Amino acid sequence: MTLVKESGGPASAPGRQAQTQFKGRKRYGELIIITVLRSAAILTVLTTIGIVLALLIPALGFFQQVPVTDFLFGDRWAPRFADASFGVIPLITATIWTTCIALLVAIPIGLGAAVLLSEYAKPGLRKVLKPILEILAGVPTVVYGYFALTFVQGTIFRDWLKLETGAFSVLAAGLVMGVMIVPTIASISEDAMNAVPQSLRQGSAALGANRMQTSIRVVFPAALSGIVAAVVLGVSRAIGETMIVALAAGNQARIVGGPLEEGQTMTGFIANAALGDSRVGSLEYDTLFAVGLLLFFVTLLINFISIQFVRRFREEY
Amino acid sequence: MTDPTTTTPATTQGSSHAAAASAGATSTGTGTGATPASESGIDGMGPNNTSPTADSNLTDGADILHQQPGMTVHLTGRAASEALPEKPNGIIRCEDVNVYYGNFRAVTGVNLDFGFNEITALIGPSGCGKSTLLRSLNRMNDLVEGARVEGKVTFQGADMYAPEVDAIEVRRRIGMVFQKPNPFPKSIYDNIAYGPRVTGMKVSSMDDLVEEALTKAALWTEVKDKLKQSAFGLSGGQQQRLCIARTIAVKPDVILMDEPCSALDPIATVRIEDLMHDLRKEYTIVIVTHNMQQAARVADRTAFFTALADEGTGDRTGVLVEYAKTSKIFESPDDQRTEDYISGRFG
Repeated sequence: MTLVKESGGPASAPGRQAQTQFKGRKRYGELIIITVLRSAAILTVLTTIGIVLALLIPALGFFQQVPVTDFLFGDRWAPRFADASFGVIPLITATIWTTCIALLVAIPIGLGAAVLLSEYAKPGLRKVLKPILEILAGVPTVVYGYFALTFVQGTIFRDWLKLETGAFSVLAAGLVMGVMIVPTIASISEDAMNAVPQSLRQGSAALGANRMQTSIRVVFPAALSGIVAAVVLGVSRAIGETMIVALAAGNQARIVGGPLEEGQTMTGFIANAALGDSRVGSLEYDTLFAVGLLLFFVTLLINFISIQFVRRFREEY
Repeated sequence: MTDPTTTTPATTQGSSHAAAASAGATSTGTGTGATPASESGIDGMGPNNTSPTADSNLTDGADILHQQPGMTVHLTGRAASEALPEKPNGIIRCEDVNVYYGNFRAVTGVNLDFGFNEITALIGPSGCGKSTLLRSLNRMNDLVEGARVEGKVTFQGADMYAPEVDAIEVRRRIGMVFQKPNPFPKSIYDNIAYGPRVTGMKVSSMDDLVEEALTKAALWTEVKDKLKQSAFGLSGGQQQRLCIARTIAVKPDVILMDEPCSALDPIATVRIEDLMHDLRKEYTIVIVTHNMQQAARVADRTAFFTALADEGTGDRTGVLVEYAKTSKIFESPDDQRTEDYISGRFG
């Protein structure tokens, strides 16, 4: 058998001139893609800046009339009264109550569901459970709000349990809000745990660890950054959630001393005051933005703390 | 179970191997082969090292060298006082073992006894089921969806797959080292301490246990000043020795190794092989390897597997072809397929 070289490499083509220059070519498709992607990134940044400015400018107007210390440390919230008072503490207490109750529900259930899905569930069960969980995330919050108001507060707390409570309570709002956040926490932390290499689980099992030990001591720390991100997202949603608290927590702005009391959260106040009966440019109107700015900073602070936490405790694989 | 061989005065030191290797006292496959005397010197073995067992082990090592000229190999054999018994005593015993993944039969009809304080190598072409069999020796296959073992696997006479047996306990007694080093994303110290902690071992001093395990794995001197640092800062070879140390820390009886050197460079491989020789005195080792030189260098016995196509379905399934002392497998195998495989004609 003979090998015939017809169009081999440069060596076998003596008549061919060596090219010394590369041909230039503009790749227009690539340029368009880069431009589109870049504008998408710029748009998100601009939106954020826009939101901050939109909050900041009216809020500054507010703080020219009300001292910051009065706002942050005052314990009476009565912006519409004749002797108006702008102490935000009552709103903060209500937010803390609903958020903490929600997280007490959402973190254990969410992480438990994540561990079940990622470490215990057989592929078949996982295939069924995960979509169901994610459907929960798609329920409109106004539905949750009415569920909290009528069923949890009205039927369960008052009719069945005969609790000493009025028409609203931070407990009902918090519990239902917790249920709402479960899918967020479960889904994101399940993704993080799933991304932990199988070899680590095998290594752990080969040393005589059971599944729970492997989950808690190996998978959990390795997935920590994703899990914390999930929890932070949950916290942000709990603090920022409006509809449920507006409907079920009540709208009396007073310091909340117990879970069965009613109270107005920061978002609850904004929803209520933004209904349209305050004049644009009035002090009451500017109050909205002061509270909004405070919410913004709280969320920012939580994000910052969580980044520090992850840096410190993450076990990178 | 008593073990007279561990009291051998002439101990084989990992450090002496390394020293010998770097000093160039190694066979380089020039065709003259290795003389037993010089090789026993490398191993630091006693002067009476002229037993047929040791001799033949060395010879088959030399045979391998003929096949791979230029490859630097240093040989290790058993000391005379550790003469290999004719039959393995069967600390782990497989009787008619079939392993399935779902409907797929990966391994068929394996009968195999592993000897106490021996290194057994499982060799064979890809897909012959050797890793699958290895994983069924400590019930790691339980973790694989749809995996199922038929037949009987016993450990010290007890059926490993009996319904009342706890797979976790089996894995504690029979440890495993994996193909790719898989340290936990924790500190070196915590990697070692992990096993004793999760198994609830009664440990008087965890520091001592960590030091002991790392020393046995020939890693202590390299890491003793950075125990609190992440294991991920170690080199691949160090990580693999860390994984061996981690396995040793729970004091298993058997260590299964699934191609432990396949992700490592030759120098790291030599260190792991030295380590295996040291560990043999206390542990039973079963190693799966694709590297025939490695099998020849480290194993007391070798089992050769191959994949057979099922006549009905055409599915390929792994079968055990031949199991004997390593010297026999590499010098005068009974089965033609073994001969073909080790001489490189197939697989």
